Amino acid sequence: MVPNLTLCLLVGVLFAAGVYLLLARSIVRALIGLLLLGNGANILFLVASGPAGRAPIVGASPVSDMSDPLPQAMVLTAIVITLGTTAFLLALAHRSWQLSDHDVQEDDPEDTRITQKAESNDLTDSDYEREPDEPPDFSEFAGVGEGERR
Amino acid sequence: MLALLGVHLLAAVVAPLLVRLWGRKAFLLLAAPPAAAAAWALSQTGAVLGGHLPSTSVPWVPSIGMGLSFRLDTLAWLLTLVVGGVGALVLLYCADYFADDEPGLAQFASCLTGFAGAMLGLVTSDDLLVLYLFWELTTILSYLLIGHRPASRSSRSAATQALVVTTAGGLAMLTGIVLLGEETGTYRLSALLAHPPTGTLATTAVALLLVGAVSKSALVPFHFWLPGAMAAPTPVSAYLHAAAMVKAGIYLVARLAPAFADVPVWRPLLLVLGAGTMLLGGWRALRQHDLKLLLAYGTVSQLGYLTVLVGTGTRAAALAGVTVLVGHALFKSCLFLVVGAIDHRCGTRDLRELSGLRRRMPALAVTSLVAAASMAGIPPMLGFVGKEAAYTSLLPGAGGPAGWSGWTLAALVAGSVLTFAYAARFLWGAFGDRPAREPSRVEPTGPLLVGVPVLLSVLTVAGGPAAGRGEQFVRHYVQQWPAPEQSVHLGLWHGLTPALLLSALTVALGAGLFLLRSQVERGQALLPQRPSAEGGYRLLMRSLDRVSLEVTGALQRGSLPLSLGLVLVTTVAVPGVVLLRGVAWPSQVRWADNLTQPAVAVLIAAAAFFTTRARRRLRAVFLVGVTGYGTALLFLLHGAPDLALTQVLVETLSLVVFVLVVRRLSGKFNDNPSRMTRRARALLGIAVGAVVTALALTATSVRSAGPMTARFAEGAVEFGGGNNIVNVTLVDIRAWDTMGEISVVLVAATGVASLIFLREDNLTLSRRLLEKARSLRRTHASVGGNAGSPWLAEGSAMSPERRSVIFEVVTRLVFHTMVLWSLYLLFSGHNHPGGGFAAGLVVGLGLAVRYLAGERDELRAAAPVMPGLLLGAGLFLSAGVGLVSLAFGGDVLQSWIFDVHLPLIGSVHLVTSVFFDIGVYLVVIGLVLDILRSLGSGIDGLIEQEQDGPGPAGRAVRRPVHGRSRGAEGAP
Repeated sequence: MVPNLTLCLLVGVLFAAGVYLLLARSIVRALIGLLLLGNGANILFLVASGPAGRAPIVGASPVSDMSDPLPQAMVLTAIVITLGTTAFLLALAHRSWQLSDHDVQEDDPEDTRITQKAESNDLTDSDYEREPDEPPDFSEFAGVGEGERR
Repeated sequence: MLALLGVHLLAAVVAPLLVRLWGRKAFLLLAAPPAAAAAWALSQTGAVLGGHLPSTSVPWVPSIGMGLSFRLDTLAWLLTLVVGGVGALVLLYCADYFADDEPGLAQFASCLTGFAGAMLGLVTSDDLLVLYLFWELTTILSYLLIGHRPASRSSRSAATQALVVTTAGGLAMLTGIVLLGEETGTYRLSALLAHPPTGTLATTAVALLLVGAVSKSALVPFHFWLPGAMAAPTPVSAYLHAAAMVKAGIYLVARLAPAFADVPVWRPLLLVLGAGTMLLGGWRALRQHDLKLLLAYGTVSQLGYLTVLVGTGTRAAALAGVTVLVGHALFKSCLFLVVGAIDHRCGTRDLRELSGLRRRMPALAVTSLVAAASMAGIPPMLGFVGKEAAYTSLLPGAGGPAGWSGWTLAALVAGSVLTFAYAARFLWGAFGDRPAREPSRVEPTGPLLVGVPVLLSVLTVAGGPAAGRGEQFVRHYVQQWPAPEQSVHLGLWHGLTPALLLSALTVALGAGLFLLRSQVERGQALLPQRPSAEGGYRLLMRSLDRVSLEVTGALQRGSLPLSLGLVLVTTVAVPGVVLLRGVAWPSQVRWADNLTQPAVAVLIAAAAFFTTRARRRLRAVFLVGVTGYGTALLFLLHGAPDLALTQVLVETLSLVVFVLVVRRLSGKFNDNPSRMTRRARALLGIAVGAVVTALALTATSVRSAGPMTARFAEGAVEFGGGNNIVNVTLVDIRAWDTMGEISVVLVAATGVASLIFLREDNLTLSRRLLEKARSLRRTHASVGGNAGSPWLAEGSAMSPERRSVIFEVVTRLVFHTMVLWSLYLLFSGHNHPGGGFAAGLVVGLGLAVRYLAGERDELRAAAPVMPGLLLGAGLFLSAGVGLVSLAFGGDVLQSWIFDVHLPLIGSVHLVTSVFFDIGVYLVVIGLVLDILRSLGSGIDGLIEQEQDGPGPAGRAVRRPVHGRSRGAEGAP
């Protein structure tokens, strides 16, 4: 199959710009980067589906002239899911704004804690660091009937 | 057999209900399924003896040759009796053991009943894969039962330990099963054992299977999980960890022995580990103070003993093996239940504290004497008969394996000496007198706590004399091996044989060891405790925790850009290296498909470039919109009108959504990356872009297969009933994909709503307002229109300065047209561009227009339903229609085509997949409505609250001034 150079180059540009924005700390910037990446990926499907053709509608044009319908079906749902993703990330940005007056992602404190633990070789979170607990008593009923017994 | 398994399953399902209704008395009924299994096995005795083995087989996963195949041969018959009989008795015992208000009793009852079923399936299964399923089911249920008291840390860690150890063995076993099955081409156990494979592969497979058996039956080096499992309630210990589950490994060895005992790895593994376990378990039992732990180590020892016998692979040893298996199940579960009764009545199991129980519990004392005598191998108990046969099988003339018999016999004798000593220690510990202690106080209990152990001990006594006559019942199993020179039979008296002399020696040495008990105990305390297998296990687990901590700490630094960067660098590095090392670059390229394409591409590329430079949010949003519309144009040029339509609609809606949220944020982006950071990001971006372009060029050029267009076109018309191939692909050919994707949409919509509304009461408020809107709508309908605003339903609610008459007029004019257009797109989508996705988006745009013209009240008037209802109904319709087809004998999601002739309208071509598309349509409308309601109306409400003064909702915490963002706040 012969690749379409224009589209291949365009995909590269969209990916480059998308990655640049995706790596930003602002949630909205990252979202815009994701949208650029998404457009790039959708065009990549066009590259993969071969040469342009007529709409894949039986009867409207001969089958040999049609563009490949399978990638189109895949892209179609991707487009709609993009809308859902956009809305979700915007809601996230809004929530971040509500809580901290900005939409900049801070470093995750839990991850930072784990990193610090790893650096200081602190294994206290492990169940296997301590010696095993001895069962507290030799009975399932210790204390159950104590009251009546005494 | 399937029915019996079904009864167990049913009992396990209803057990929680029964426990809630009747409390602990529910166990009386729950004992019925295992009892029925045992009774059924008894009723089939004749058939099994006559060789007419009851069997059943239902295909399950034919593609891998897996079937629900069950077969009751001699071994399965014997184990069904044990598993069902002991299971029923233990469940009866539970009815007096627990208190009605025992926490978690409902789940416990369910697990224990289910376990009886899993065990029944395990021993009767004739399909190795199904056997494995039951095997792991018992592991999981054992885990839940050991962890019955989840509040206790030791109970939790014991449960985890048992799970990890036995599952690890189970995985090895699964590998072995698959190796065997693929080698021979069948997973049917009976077929496989009839023609066992040979060679290195078979040896490896058998070794892996044995790893599973060894871990399940708690042999060295996996033995430590079994004493730990004593954290389970005592009835569980009696059933799972004495009579049934730990016997699964023994069963597997016994099952495979006729075919594989001569495989090179077999005897070294089983005889060495078995003998070692027997000695180690017995030795450890001699220093326990907890009666239950004493029995647990005794069980470990006996499991080693059993492994030696069933693993030896001769007729005599197999006969001894099945005898000891039954004997052990009877006496050990009996002894555990006695300990449970003692614990229940005295509040302790510590043998240093118990005193005088012989007089206070005479029935249990006699019961224990009988069971312990059987364990120690004293005539006339069943245990004695088994031990005599075991000794005889390894003496010269019984056909024992050359080179193994001598020292195995020595180990058995030594192990039996230890067994005698700990059996005596048990009796002395439980029922002896401690002069220094007052006699223990004893609480009265229900009759079953005594009755069940007594019944088990009666069977133990009766088993001894009856063993000789019972031998014929297992003849089919043992006769798989050739007869030895001297035939070995079960019985109490064979004359003055070497085996009897060895028994006498065992008793004498064992009694001596018991008399020296305090010295033995002290001596054991002096011996070093390390290295221990449990220590090794803990070291391994600690190392795993360590590795995971280091890996997580190194890779997951908490910065999302850094994590993403790591992924992207990998994306560049791995294919990049391949690209640099030389790949087949395309020999020719097509510059473009037409002249417009490069122009549009340049436009998109420029917009993308300037997006990265944008500092104002709205500018970036606008520019990314340009790339989106440009992409739609490319779709159109490519010959994909459906994509172009959908893309344009989504792009427009996205713009609206962006504006709705960005109005709340600062006008400019408020992250200020350093020049260094930006350069690094740019570098990575360019690298990714270059790699993707290179991949697109090379991957496309090596593709040799043509598109599937012709086949899809044929299929679309033939069984999809439509001409628009893309739409038919979505709703029929790849409908499963679409269903997954609309589920994703549903999840995203739910996420949006929960991030905005946050709390249930906000939703309740929203619901109330909707009801009001519905009633207003009815009023308007009856009055004949809203007098306040001729153009919008709720336009009058807005303040005059925010209203735009032109917008209201246009809205009034286009909204209904848009809805109509959407219906057209929906129903014509099967044959022309359109379909559920595009149609739903059109309605969504209409709703957005209504919202923008008349705000919240207008949106509520336009669509007075909760978005969740639309989303749920849509998904239900899509999935539901798929299932309806099943009811008419089709496949799930199969389309049915009807051509009906209606008067006036003409012939109608109806395809059932249109319902699927309606589901998609509803989901998409639900998504858009949800977005408008959350990000539009919801945020409007928040803004209003803020303007009215600090309300309870809204910003939870307002931080002290945040430098970058403060100045620009509230700009748009």
